[in-house]
Amino acid sequence: MALGTTTMTNDTILKVEHLSMKFGGLMAINDLSLEARRGEITALIGPNGAGKTTVFNCITGFYKPTMGMLTLQRRDGKEFLLERLRDFEIPKLAGVARTFQNIRLFSGLTVLENLLVAQHNALMKASGYTLLGLLGFPTYRRAVDASIEKAKYWLDKADLTDRADDPAGDLPYGAQRRLEIARAMCTGPELLCLDEPAAGLNPRESAALNTLLHQIRDEGVSILLIEHDMSVVMQISDHVVVLEYGQKISDGSPDHVKNDPRVIAAYLGVEDDEVEEVIAVELEGGNH
Amino acid sequence: MTAATETGHPSVLAKAVREGIFAGVISFLMFLLFVGIETYQDINNALVWRTRWGLLAIFVLVAAVGRFLTVGFIKPHLDQRKLAKAKSGVLEISESKSFFHRHFLKIALIFLLVYPFLSLLIVGKQGSLKYVDNFGIQILIYVMLAWGLNIVVGLAGLLDLGYVAFYAVGAYSYALLSSYFGFSFWLLLPMSGILAALWGVILGFPVLRLRGDYLAIVTLAFGEIIRLVLINWTDVTKGTFGISGIAKASFFGIWSFDTGSASSFVKAWGLSPSSVYYKIFLFYIILALCMLTAYVTIQLRRMPIGRAWEALREDEIACRSLGINTVTTKLTAFATGAMFGGFAGAFFATRQGFVSPESFVFLESAVILAIVVLGGMGSLTGIAIAAMVMVGGTEVLREMSFLKVVFGPDFTPELYRMLLFGLAMIIVMLFKPRGFVGSREPTAFLKERRAVSGSFTKEGHG
Ligand SMILES: Nc1ncnc2c1ncn2[C@@H]1O[C@H](COP(=O)(O)OP(=O)(O)OP(=O)(O)O)[C@@H](O)[C@H]1O
Ligand SMILES: [Mg+2]
Repeated sequence: MALGTTTMTNDTILKVEHLSMKFGGLMAINDLSLEARRGEITALIGPNGAGKTTVFNCITGFYKPTMGMLTLQRRDGKEFLLERLRDFEIPKLAGVARTFQNIRLFSGLTVLENLLVAQHNALMKASGYTLLGLLGFPTYRRAVDASIEKAKYWLDKADLTDRADDPAGDLPYGAQRRLEIARAMCTGPELLCLDEPAAGLNPRESAALNTLLHQIRDEGVSILLIEHDMSVVMQISDHVVVLEYGQKISDGSPDHVKNDPRVIAAYLGVEDDEVEEVIAVELEGGNH
Repeated sequence: MTAATETGHPSVLAKAVREGIFAGVISFLMFLLFVGIETYQDINNALVWRTRWGLLAIFVLVAAVGRFLTVGFIKPHLDQRKLAKAKSGVLEISESKSFFHRHFLKIALIFLLVYPFLSLLIVGKQGSLKYVDNFGIQILIYVMLAWGLNIVVGLAGLLDLGYVAFYAVGAYSYALLSSYFGFSFWLLLPMSGILAALWGVILGFPVLRLRGDYLAIVTLAFGEIIRLVLINWTDVTKGTFGISGIAKASFFGIWSFDTGSASSFVKAWGLSPSSVYYKIFLFYIILALCMLTAYVTIQLRRMPIGRAWEALREDEIACRSLGINTVTTKLTAFATGAMFGGFAGAFFATRQGFVSPESFVFLESAVILAIVVLGGMGSLTGIAIAAMVMVGGTEVLREMSFLKVVFGPDFTPELYRMLLFGLAMIIVMLFKPRGFVGSREPTAFLKERRAVSGSFTKEGHG
């Protein structure tokens, strides 16, 4: 919980400074700095292999970054250096929850059980690390009721109430994506990291997802979002960071990013020298 | 069409004959060298061979006739039943569960409670020694061990090939502490469990970082290490001689089961001396221990820790992303399983009155694991049934001396118990790849409790 070198203003929830991640000879992330503001949806976009998932894995402790500092500030002002925490401490102490690019549900547990497992730490404490729970203490009973209420709340938000008693592996793909988000929300996070939540969804499911994300943001939870689909990003995000080959090539509002020639070049697959040309042309256009 | 299949359609019969002959030819070729020819040493110690055409004929006939009956009669019959089921609709079948099916557990428990007296009534004192001890107690020990291992393998998904180590720790804890310090069974029973759990934690700490195959191999190695320590630490454990004369359990300190003791149970109740009373007492102890294991397992599954175990089996990375400390979660599963192994070990020691490293070989671990897998990982009922079939089957084999008539006087049926295991494994894995009871009961529900089909649950990788 050491304080960072630069103090954070209260509206910044996550600050990534000079993050680098090396896999053998491959620089998957190269000196990346970015900020996510509290209560906003920050999108992280970029072509395949740009290093987006690697950034997530560094933030959530699954990879130890080669270099750099990741500072998370909670609402109460406590700061955590994420690179110093172990993976399970990050959701527990720092309040960061995540989903995975290839869905990771507990497929043999029911939908409801998935949401209860997410509340493990709270329930564990309430059950006196199992002992009081086995004796059936009333405090534990109350905690169980509360946890089911919380699960119901998110089941409702994710439109999964009808399927609560079905095994998670039995849900259709779109519902599994929503369940994974609901499960992450049941940990009570302040920052929610979503890795391509809209991948493979049909337009209707995609729209439902957008609504769900807005609801989550309106509850005061900040969202960090990886997304390929530009239209989704432009619709829902407040702030966009563009990554290419592990480096940040653009950062700003959706409109700003959309018109950034380097972003257009990255997405259209233009060579570097051609980017210079595009910029030159734009500048010329400006001069006229 | 229906009538035709019932009586055996001519084309079906022809097919059955064809397949039967084919199976006969194949089995003839297969068994010709294995069964048809036997090698032995004559008086001059030279290796010579003789033929066993009669035995070969039996093998071939069983294969041919079996295939003929399967293709000609059993399969059409099964197909027809499936058809009838499909016609009558799926819902009806689940509604029409028989009384026995619905109350299976209660009936089983009541049967177990009266079992010793039933056997006393039917076969008398001398006869029931066998039924209470060899069948009852022996099976229940394995039920308890398998239920204990089930916590580690079935719930937490940690493949432990050295479970017998904890059984050994429990047994030797009781044997040593009782013979050196003279503590009573009722004090040492919990102590053995706690010591075994402690060992579980000590072994678990370095081991549980590993996953999947590596974990399996290292647990296997630890199991062997414990056995080797028991063999070689002769000052304390008396090595391969083992520890004998281990004290019997007393009736909660009130009556003793030692003959000639002042407070003898037999004298107190005015019964004629017989060891059967002690066996019956032991039967109830192990039954109570089994019930304790089952109760704790059921309760723990509903606790956050039990749910975390199952989540761990399903997906460890997702667990960590939800803030679950997977190391301590694995350790608690390991320790809880070890504790029940320790209880069973202490019981084993007091029942045998003798422990030696012989009883704790790898094969025991394999048998216990096989029972868990056959029964259906995670399912208490399935595992109990598997233990009954496997361990009871071994004992039944011992009784089958009439097989000597078929296979010759040298035939010792109980040596073929591994064959029984293999056969049961193949059959269960063919028809029920998830074990005898493959589905899992959810631990919480909103509207209705529906069993989760085994096709969704995972076996775990660590
Ligand atoms: N554990 C790892 N070991 C070695 N290389 C890795 C590892 N994880 C990621 N990489 C490499 O790092 C680079 C960035 O991968 P990453 O998964 O972060 O990309 P991404 O932006 O999420 O791509 P996508 O859009 O396809 O999901 C890729 O070249 C990848 O091969
Ligand atoms: Mg990715």
